[in-house]
Amino acid sequence: MKNWPLWEVFIRSKSGLHHKHVGSLHAADAEMAIENARDVYTRRNEGVSIWVVESKHITASDPDDSDPLFEPAKDKVYRHPTFYDLPDEVKYM
Amino acid sequence: MTELNFEKHFQDKVDAEIKIEPKDWMPDAYRKTLIRQISQHAHSEVVGMLPEGNWISRAPSLRRKLILLAKIQDEAGHGLYLYSAAETLGISREELVEQLLSGKAKYSSIFNYPTLTWADIGAIGWLVDGAAIMNQVMLTRASYGPYARAMVRICKEESFHQRQGYEIMLTLAKGSAAQQHMAQDALNRWWWPSLMMFGPKDDDSAHSQQSMKWKIKRKSNDELRQQFVDVTVQQAEVLGLAIPDPDLKWNEERGHYDFGEINWDEFWNVVKGNGPCNKQRLDARIKAHEDGAWVREAAMAYAEKKEQRKLMESAKAEAA
Ligand SMILES: [Fe+2]
Ligand SMILES: [Fe+2]
Repeated sequence: MKNWPLWEVFIRSKSGLHHKHVGSLHAADAEMAIENARDVYTRRNEGVSIWVVESKHITASDPDDSDPLFEPAKDKVYRHPTFYDLPDEVKYM
Repeated sequence: MTELNFEKHFQDKVDAEIKIEPKDWMPDAYRKTLIRQISQHAHSEVVGMLPEGNWISRAPSLRRKLILLAKIQDEAGHGLYLYSAAETLGISREELVEQLLSGKAKYSSIFNYPTLTWADIGAIGWLVDGAAIMNQVMLTRASYGPYARAMVRICKEESFHQRQGYEIMLTLAKGSAAQQHMAQDALNRWWWPSLMMFGPKDDDSAHSQQSMKWKIKRKSNDELRQQFVDVTVQQAEVLGLAIPDPDLKWNEERGHYDFGEINWDEFWNVVKGNGPCNKQRLDARIKAHEDGAWVREAAMAYAEKKEQRKLMESAKAEAA
């Protein structure tokens, strides 16, 4: 028999917030995945919306490549507002 | 990097409290230890539903019944979180279940004791969940990310488990003489097995040291056991129940309670499969798994059929 595939579950805890990964579960299809996610991940009002994605559709960055991948952002301090000196007279900016 | 460098890099991360995630390099033995420990933990949550399930239909009130149902449902969820965490290490759910049903994998021995009276449901919530919480709070800081995160979720749900058990004990302890007797009897039977839940003594614990170095565990079995005794004594006093240990005594010098010697022969005997309910528990799991096979198959077949139908319909729509 073919086993139920694995799904990743994302929950929006209240309106206005992002969906956040909370865990995974097995289910025969998307509909069942949502129902099961409701039962295991929102029994105490933890969510107002659920996304499920079959795990095999997720592509993750390779942790071994994380240095070259994220290094370029490290030396660009000028992307942050604190990099700039303003005269004290300028009150709101 | 050479294997040795990988190993050092890994340990440096652990030492620096940086979580290890599924795709990170990890020593083989770390992966194996985690799979063994997490799956054992998952099996315990699942098998742990059986002794309590025994009392759902005989709970003394609708309130108690609702609470017990909710508690047991939580335990099923805990099993799921933990199986999922184990699966991130590269073992499949089917293999995990197979290991439980074949008897290859262990689960907590405490669940091989029978629940003879309603007071046992109180004692389990109070003592068994109480002991589990002690262990699980420590594990929220485990070095493996998915395990630690599962534990955080579990601990949040766990605290009502202990309270509902304690409330049952409190009600019985303040009740009729027969009810008080029932509560005391449950404490008498569950006390020692609860202490055994923390595992063998540190000197006899095969995996302890390495697990501490890897920060899977952060406290030894004996430390956790002592912590449990220290907080539970006072809770028993409030209930007006006597802990069945003549050697239990406050030790001013140590700042801890001294307690009597655990019957390790009993412990190993139950671990080896000779406890009062080992066979019954495993048989119940096997039966549930076999009885559920057609449901799993039917759900998969139905999902495939629906998928087919969707494909056909979209092909038709495109042709039109
Ligand atoms: Fe649990
Ligand atoms: Fe629990």
